[in-house]
Amino acid sequence: MAATGRRSVNWGRVVTIGIPYLWLLIFFLAPFLIVLKISFSAPTIAMPPYVPVWDSWDAIIGHLSDLDFGNYEFLFSDPLYLNSYLNSVQIAGISTLLTLLIGYPMAYGIARSSPNWRATFLMLVILPFWTSFLIRVYSWIGILKTEGVLNTFLLWTGIISEPLIIHFTPTAVYIGIVYSYLPFMILPLYASLEKLDLSLLEAAADLGAKPFTVFRRVTLPMSLPGVAAGCFLVFIPAVGEFVIPELLGGSSTQMIGRTLWSEFFQNRDWPVASAVAVLLVLVLVVPIVIFQRVAKRGGAG
Amino acid sequence: MKGPGLFLKVAMAVGFAFLYAPIIILVIYSFNESKLVTVWAGFSTKWYASLWQNQGLMDAAKISAGVALSVSTLASVLGVLAGFTLARMPRFLGRTLFSGMVLAPLVMPDVIIGLSLLLTFISMSLDRGFLTIVIAHATFSMCYVAVVVQSRLAGFDTSVEEAAQDLGAKPATVFFRVTLPLIAPAVAAGWLLSFTLSLDDLVIASFASGPGSTTLPMKIFSSVRLGVTPEINAIATILIGLVATGTVIYSLVLKRAAAQRIRAEAAHKG
Repeated sequence: MAATGRRSVNWGRVVTIGIPYLWLLIFFLAPFLIVLKISFSAPTIAMPPYVPVWDSWDAIIGHLSDLDFGNYEFLFSDPLYLNSYLNSVQIAGISTLLTLLIGYPMAYGIARSSPNWRATFLMLVILPFWTSFLIRVYSWIGILKTEGVLNTFLLWTGIISEPLIIHFTPTAVYIGIVYSYLPFMILPLYASLEKLDLSLLEAAADLGAKPFTVFRRVTLPMSLPGVAAGCFLVFIPAVGEFVIPELLGGSSTQMIGRTLWSEFFQNRDWPVASAVAVLLVLVLVVPIVIFQRVAKRGGAG
Repeated sequence: MKGPGLFLKVAMAVGFAFLYAPIIILVIYSFNESKLVTVWAGFSTKWYASLWQNQGLMDAAKISAGVALSVSTLASVLGVLAGFTLARMPRFLGRTLFSGMVLAPLVMPDVIIGLSLLLTFISMSLDRGFLTIVIAHATFSMCYVAVVVQSRLAGFDTSVEEAAQDLGAKPATVFFRVTLPLIAPAVAAGWLLSFTLSLDDLVIASFASGPGSTTLPMKIFSSVRLGVTPEINAIATILIGLVATGTVIYSLVLKRAAAQRIRAEAAHKG
C-alpha cells in the first residue's frame, strides 16, 4: 500500500492508525502516567485514598515542590520491599534457566521429528497454553500438598517414609513457574531450531566434529535468537507473577506481585502500591526493551 | 534427514508427561466420589451435578462468558487495525511508540496493567463493573490479535492488494475484499485467543471489576484459597474440555487455510 502513503490526507489511513493508537494511548500509556502521579502523592483515609498532587498537567512545573517522595523513601527503608524485589528477580531468573534446560531438548526434538509428528507435538505444546492458567496452577496444589497425590504415591511405593513438604515452599513456586511458562520457552526455541539448515550440521560432522561439538559450535549459536526470545518471554512475566506465589508459595515466598496486591487490596495503600508498580516497571524496562529488539528482529527475519 | 536421537526422545517424553500429568490427575479426581483429593472412593459425577446448584459459580460463569464474547469481538477489530498498521504502514509519526505499545502488554506483569487501569478508571469516574473489565481485557487482547495478524500479513506480499488498487479499487474496498479474506484465519485465531485470555484472567479482572461483577476466575480463586474441592476440579474439567474443542476447531481452520493457500499458489503458478 505504498501508493496510499504518498497522498496528502488519507482519512482511511488516519482512522486505521488512529483508532488503535488512541486506544493504546488512553488505556495503556496514560495509565502508567497516572500510576506515576499517584506514587508521588500522600495517602489519606478517603475515597480515593490519596491526596492529588496536581489537578492539571499544566501545573506540573509549579508544583514540583509538592512531590512527595515519602512513598519511595518508605519502600527503601523497609527491607520487606527490597527483599521482595530481589526475591522476585532471583526466583524468575532461576526458573527461566530451568525452563530453558527442560524446553531446549524438547524444542530440538520436535524440530528434528518428521513433519507429521511435528504438527502433533506442536499442538501438544500449545494445548496447555490455551488451558486456563489458574487451573493449571491449581492442579499442582492437589499434587504437592502434604496429603497430596505425589506424597501418597511415594509413601505407597515406600521410597519415602515421611511425607515431603513441598506445598507452600519456594520449590513449589519453581515447579509452578517452570510448568506454566514452558510453552512460552519451547515455541520461540522451536521457531529458530526449525530454520536450522541441516546441511550445516552434516558439513560439520563430515569435517570430523563430534556430535556434542556440532551442537556447541553450530546448533547452539544459531538458535540464540530463540533462546533470547524464550528467556525474556518467561523471565519478564515471572518477575511480576502473582497467582503462582500466592497459591503455591504462600507466606514462604514474598514476590513483588504479591506485595503489590496486598498493599492494594489489604492495606488499601494506593500510593505505596503505585510506587511498588513504578519500581517494578523500572526493574523490567531494560529486559522489555531488549525483548522488543529481539521480537522485531525475529519478525523481520 | 535423521530423526531425534535417544536423548531427545527421552527428554520429549519426560517433558510432555510433565505438561500433561497434572491436567490428567485433575480430570480424574473430578470424578471422585470422596471429597478428599487423595482418596479414591469410586466413580461419581455428583460434583458436576452440584455445580448447577452453586448459584454463585453459575452467575460468575455467565458474567465471564459475556465479558469474553464482548472482549474477543472488540479486541479483534482493534487488533486487526493495529496489525494492519504494523505490517502495511512502514512510515508514520510515532511508529516506534506504537509498536512498543503493542508489544509491551504481551510481557507486562498483570498486576501493573490491573493497577494502572483501575487508577485510570477512577480518575475518569468510570463505575467499575462489566464495562471496565471488557475495556481492560480488550486492551491486552488486542495486542495478541495484532501480533497474529501482523505475522500473517508479513507472509503475503502486497502484489494482490496493489493489483486491486491499480484496477481502481478504493483502499477500503481493497481492505474488505482482498486483505480481510487473506487474513481471515489469523482473525479467527486472534478471536479465539482473546476469548480464552479473557476467560482465564484473574488478576486484571480483580482490579477492574466492581461489586456485582465477579468473574469465574475470581470465584475459583476465592474458593481455591479455602482449599481444594472436587467441585473446582469439575468446573476445571469442563473448561479444559471447552478449550480442547476450541483448539481442535482452530487447528482445522488453520489446516483449511493452509490447503487453500497451497491451491491458490498452484493456481497462481499455473
